[in-house]
Amino acid sequence: MTLLETETEREARTTTVTPPRTTVPDRRRPHAHQSPRPLGGVRNTDVFALIGGLAASLATTGLLWIQLGPFTGVLGYIVVSWVLFVVTYALLVSFDEDRPAMVDRVSTVVVHSIAVVLLGTLLFILLYTLYRGFGALTHLNFFTQDMRNAGPLDPLTVGGIRHAIIGTLIELGLALAISVPLGLLGGVFLHEIPGRFSRFVRTVVEAMTALPDLLAGLFIFATVILIFGLDKSGLAAALALSVTMLPIIIRATDVVLRLVPGSLTEASYALGSGQWRTIWHVTLPTARSGLATAVILGAARGVGETSPVLITAGATAQVNTDPVHGPMMSLPLLAYTLVQNPMPDMKARGFGTALTLMVLVVLLFAITRLIGGRAPGDLTAGQRRRRAAASRRDLKRFAGRSRLTAGAYPASPASFPSSTSHGETQ
Amino acid sequence: MTSAVATRPEDQATQKPRRLKTNLGFSDRVFRGVARSGGALVLVIMALVGAFLAYRALLALRKAGPSFLTTQEWNPDSGAFGIAAVIVGTILIALVAIVVATVLAVGVALYISEFAPRWLRGFLIASVDLMAAVPSVVFGLWGAFFLQWEVLGLSRWISDWFGWIPIFRVHGATRHDPLATETVYTSSTFIAGLVVALMVAPIACSVMREAFSQAPPGEREGAYALGATRWGMIGSVVLPFGKGAIIGGTMLGLGRALGETIAVVMIISPVFVIQPRILENGTSSVSSLIATHYGESSPFALSALFAAGLALFVMTLIVNFIAASIVARSRSGAVSEV
Repeated sequence: MTLLETETEREARTTTVTPPRTTVPDRRRPHAHQSPRPLGGVRNTDVFALIGGLAASLATTGLLWIQLGPFTGVLGYIVVSWVLFVVTYALLVSFDEDRPAMVDRVSTVVVHSIAVVLLGTLLFILLYTLYRGFGALTHLNFFTQDMRNAGPLDPLTVGGIRHAIIGTLIELGLALAISVPLGLLGGVFLHEIPGRFSRFVRTVVEAMTALPDLLAGLFIFATVILIFGLDKSGLAAALALSVTMLPIIIRATDVVLRLVPGSLTEASYALGSGQWRTIWHVTLPTARSGLATAVILGAARGVGETSPVLITAGATAQVNTDPVHGPMMSLPLLAYTLVQNPMPDMKARGFGTALTLMVLVVLLFAITRLIGGRAPGDLTAGQRRRRAAASRRDLKRFAGRSRLTAGAYPASPASFPSSTSHGETQ
Repeated sequence: MTSAVATRPEDQATQKPRRLKTNLGFSDRVFRGVARSGGALVLVIMALVGAFLAYRALLALRKAGPSFLTTQEWNPDSGAFGIAAVIVGTILIALVAIVVATVLAVGVALYISEFAPRWLRGFLIASVDLMAAVPSVVFGLWGAFFLQWEVLGLSRWISDWFGWIPIFRVHGATRHDPLATETVYTSSTFIAGLVVALMVAPIACSVMREAFSQAPPGEREGAYALGATRWGMIGSVVLPFGKGAIIGGTMLGLGRALGETIAVVMIISPVFVIQPRILENGTSSVSSLIATHYGESSPFALSALFAAGLALFVMTLIVNFIAASIVARSRSGAVSEV
């Protein structure tokens, strides 16, 4: 507004009320009436339809169950009221909305229900095992004794699963020692040497992932036990387990290596290092946490396999630490054997064994989440500190060298491709 | 790459793509050799599995001939044995499992990728992956000691009302008799199938979810912009995009269901006749046959078991190669991971 306003203008402004042509933003109250418009969200009618449908279905089913029909059972009540709910809800929604919206609501209900059913059932399986097995776990001897002295009539205070825990750890350790190097090699091959051959290998690996675990056991039984005359033993079981774990580790490695940023490997090639050096110094270290995840995934699958162990390891009630001679017990096999027994305490031991196995698998998964939650090249604070220290050492080394060669190298801070910067920019 | 090089006009007629040749160093050549052999090792193991099963099965197969595929009995030592009954049982259990598992897996995959709130998504993905690794003996225990007895009412209801469909008929069941014994409904194909379904659903689910979540955002937003509801968008974008993964995930689950051993052994009571009535007590499968008879001493009986194993091997291989090729050819393919 200028200072040179004419008299007439001032007069016009004060006397006549003209509607403003444009709105000047009010700077004292920023965004006073400018909240983002909610695009989704819940409307009242949605809530009413949901509550109405629920109330109607529960009440109708209750009437059927209590007053009218000869129906009993909780499961039936839930199923019937669910069906009634879907019908009532569809009807209620159709009062307010058109047909596509109604289909949308009903399908939303159905999808949610399926998710609740599957996830709820799986959770229930875990809780059921916990409930049945917890009694055995409360006795400390369950972990410190083996089943040598425990007859079918002995109470839970005698006998335990020490032999199976030791056996599982030995078998898993041997299986990992065989399958991890081979699995990582296979994964590196699939990732680094693409071509027709590796495509074929990938297909075969996929087929091998789904090879029934029983057949892996049967294969080892046919070769190692029947032909080479090895006992049914921990080593044979470990071999069978590594046949089942190998394809899992290969596939997971292949997937993880694909996540390594191409800029890092290309930087390495551009600096003149060969393929092998690039893999050893750039690709594998960058994907380290993912590789650990791959290995643990394989271990979690291997530790729970029952049928290959059933065929190749034999069963025993004592601790056996010799993997080459004599049968060796493992957790899944012990659980399977114990619940065949008609005595309730033996069944409780079986459930306790299954629970121990389950806890082991969950632990392995928790470790996977802890170390595998990071993207490739994303470092922990400690790793970052070590990288920085290594970088300072290099700088000192370069500076020393440049002093020797009399200023051939400038003594500026060396900036070389480290994955730290990549991790931070993500 | 080479076409970017500017050339003089007279050279253009004779221009050929320049050969790029990498001179590998010694260590790289060694590395490539080792890596290739690592890949070849997988092929060797897989071939050895098939070869040894076939080699061991030869003795029994030569004696039984084609009747191996048509005989229902399993008495190798008396010479009458075949896999007709166990193969039918295996396929029926797998079919029940896959019908239930597909519904569950598609539902959960859609829930995780489309409906679940963002903060819940990571947790759900992790728990489905965990479920895929739950030992089968845990599922078997649950199925044999809990589900079996809870599901009898359902089995009975189905056979009462739908018994006129041949597969739901139950011999020895008396219709609408409240005092009738329920043991005819235990240890059935249906119950084994349900338990196996819970085991394979997470595996199928993770393949499907992977594909659903990669449906192109542009097409999703396009569908919304044209006025689609969420389900309309799913029906017109997500499901068509993930069709290959749905089929492939189902087939992967089918392959796993065919080979499932311990959970099935713990539930079924074996019979060696073709038993197509899925609600009735008694069924059998190849893997449970092997798991219960592997201790037999006579070499001929063992050879017969290896023959059954070979049949299972061939069956799962066929299913899995079909699955792999369907997944790889679909639009969302080449990214599937289990």
